Amino acid sequence: MLKPKILTTDILIVGGGTAGCFAALTAAETSQAQVLIVEKAHIKRSGCLAAGVNALNAYLPEGETPESYLEYVRQDAAGVVREDLVFSLAQNFNRVTRKLEELGLRILKDADGHYVVRGRHSIKINGENIKPLLASSVAQYTNIRVLNRVNVTDYICREHKVVGVLAFSLEKDVFYVIYAKAVICATGGAAGLYRPNNPGFSRHKMWYCPFNTGAGYAMGIRAGAEMTGFEMRFIALRCKDTIAPTGTIAQGVKAVQVNGRGEEYLGRYAGILSTPMRLWATVAENQRGLGPCYLQTEGITVQQEEELYKAYLNMAPAQVLSWLDSGRNPRLANVEITGTEPYIVGGHCASGYWVDSRRATTLPGLFVAGDAAGGCPKKYVPGCLAEGEIAALSALEYSRGQESQTFSDDEMDAVRVRMNRCFDSRQSLYNAEQTEEAMQKIMDEYAGGIGTGYLIDGRKLAIAARKIQELLQCATEMHAENLPELLHIQEVVDRLYVCKVVIAHMQARKETRWPGYQQNADYPERDDPNWLKYVNSRYRAGKVEIVFRDIVKKGEFYEHSD
Amino acid sequence: MSIRIDQSLCTGCGLCRDVCPGGLIRQDERKKAFIPEPRDCWGCAACLKECGYGAIRYFLGSDMGGQGAYLVVKDEQGCLHWQINKNGLHTHIRVNKKEANIY
Repeated sequence: MLKPKILTTDILIVGGGTAGCFAALTAAETSQAQVLIVEKAHIKRSGCLAAGVNALNAYLPEGETPESYLEYVRQDAAGVVREDLVFSLAQNFNRVTRKLEELGLRILKDADGHYVVRGRHSIKINGENIKPLLASSVAQYTNIRVLNRVNVTDYICREHKVVGVLAFSLEKDVFYVIYAKAVICATGGAAGLYRPNNPGFSRHKMWYCPFNTGAGYAMGIRAGAEMTGFEMRFIALRCKDTIAPTGTIAQGVKAVQVNGRGEEYLGRYAGILSTPMRLWATVAENQRGLGPCYLQTEGITVQQEEELYKAYLNMAPAQVLSWLDSGRNPRLANVEITGTEPYIVGGHCASGYWVDSRRATTLPGLFVAGDAAGGCPKKYVPGCLAEGEIAALSALEYSRGQESQTFSDDEMDAVRVRMNRCFDSRQSLYNAEQTEEAMQKIMDEYAGGIGTGYLIDGRKLAIAARKIQELLQCATEMHAENLPELLHIQEVVDRLYVCKVVIAHMQARKETRWPGYQQNADYPERDDPNWLKYVNSRYRAGKVEIVFRDIVKKGEFYEHSD
Repeated sequence: MSIRIDQSLCTGCGLCRDVCPGGLIRQDERKKAFIPEPRDCWGCAACLKECGYGAIRYFLGSDMGGQGAYLVVKDEQGCLHWQINKNGLHTHIRVNKKEANIY
């Protein structure tokens, strides 16, 4: 039986990853507000940067401007981006990067003290300790409190206004009712919706953090927030098996992509070599029987190999272990590459909450930053920092006019029943693990997973929608024995809500805009006259209602109006 | 891909349990760390870096082509000292935390 604990704060941040920590630092530095970070794990190593990151991929070196970055993103994402959002982040990339350096991040510099560039917008760092750096900065502020090992389940809404959250501890039998004057969602995106590359023992050896379960999206969906771009899934091109990044090899030692016959193949597929096309070309070569595909590393020098080892140890140590365990190091053997299962992640693609230019969601009192926020692909780490800053300043401004809310006794009794329902429930038809397996199978087979080469069509999507709904109904009665089981139930239910929205968005976009990410067999062509627009949705009374919205251009200040 | 915890080397400090981004590590009645569900490990190596006693070994599942090698790491004097052990042979790779990657 979970017992209640009531907390109040000014600014509540859900998720202490990169965006969340930076939002907290911004709020603490610029105000006297009380800031509370609620984190499922521990902010020292939580979220997608737990292992580290080896480049900052959104930096503007000499010759690049916010305008040129926007143009790059617009091209790469085939035009369906929120230009106001991309531009506002790009304006801040370099400033937040310098701030990260002041916090202790090591960045490679040349003899003149300029950052060394890798590719057009990437700079080289030692990012193994990026999360510990952010966490220790957060610890220096007395007006930031961190609740680690606490999982947020839902927003508390009053007349569609978000006034706090419900959460439960992962360590003691306590549920939290936390009232706040403003809430910032910084939970990250969703992995684990689709059957992964390694479905067995190494099921969590995926690119995106498997503990990012789409909780932030699901809470917003259930509360009726407008969402955008869920049909633009992110599918990463990765080293096979380890699902480690490929960019470090491609850009570091200038390795080209070759097929099984040793032929460079990208030129056959793309006029513009966008991120989705690099992936799609690799899938297509395999489908034509010309696989497997590789990054051509054979013949690199011993020194190049050593530097690759160091870079990978700083972000994906499994890759180095794989090279040395197999004896097929990159100098001796090309590195096989593959596409991952699809993820929903706002830092790379456009999926997430629909926000105004201030990063306010359509629910008053709720702001959003990082992978949870939509409309703005290719934010990467600097963009998540910049967005955390914007969301924090907007949340502070909003919070000044707000009073803390409280539940009545009757409402509190209802919450107590709700937070304990999985312990009170007598039995489960299927447990969380079985439900997750079923969900991943449905998504893989009927909603464009690895198994079908990512291709979708209307008939299969209709089956996916029906089956996910059936699972969601079975999942309402799940029984938990302990806190880890309660968490697992919450995570799979959250993922099912995200799946529902992903399917509805894919059904709505009747064209093919991003090969691989969103490739509709019924509508194989890109159709700019009809589909250069956003697919958005709101969840109402159990149904995902689709809304189409026109492109927001750079220079426009977008405010919610309907 | 996962970790193995050697309880004979574990001192029960709980640091690995604290940092695991999946909350996967628990402590038994003697405070010794264990991972009840090794399949849920992401492979981030956060726990290895916390363990000052080399009690945690990082290995590849056979589904990832693992052939028995394992990885350990020690955080000493501003460097991460990674060691890959295969059939009794050790490969040592030192990464200075103050140096950025060349790639």
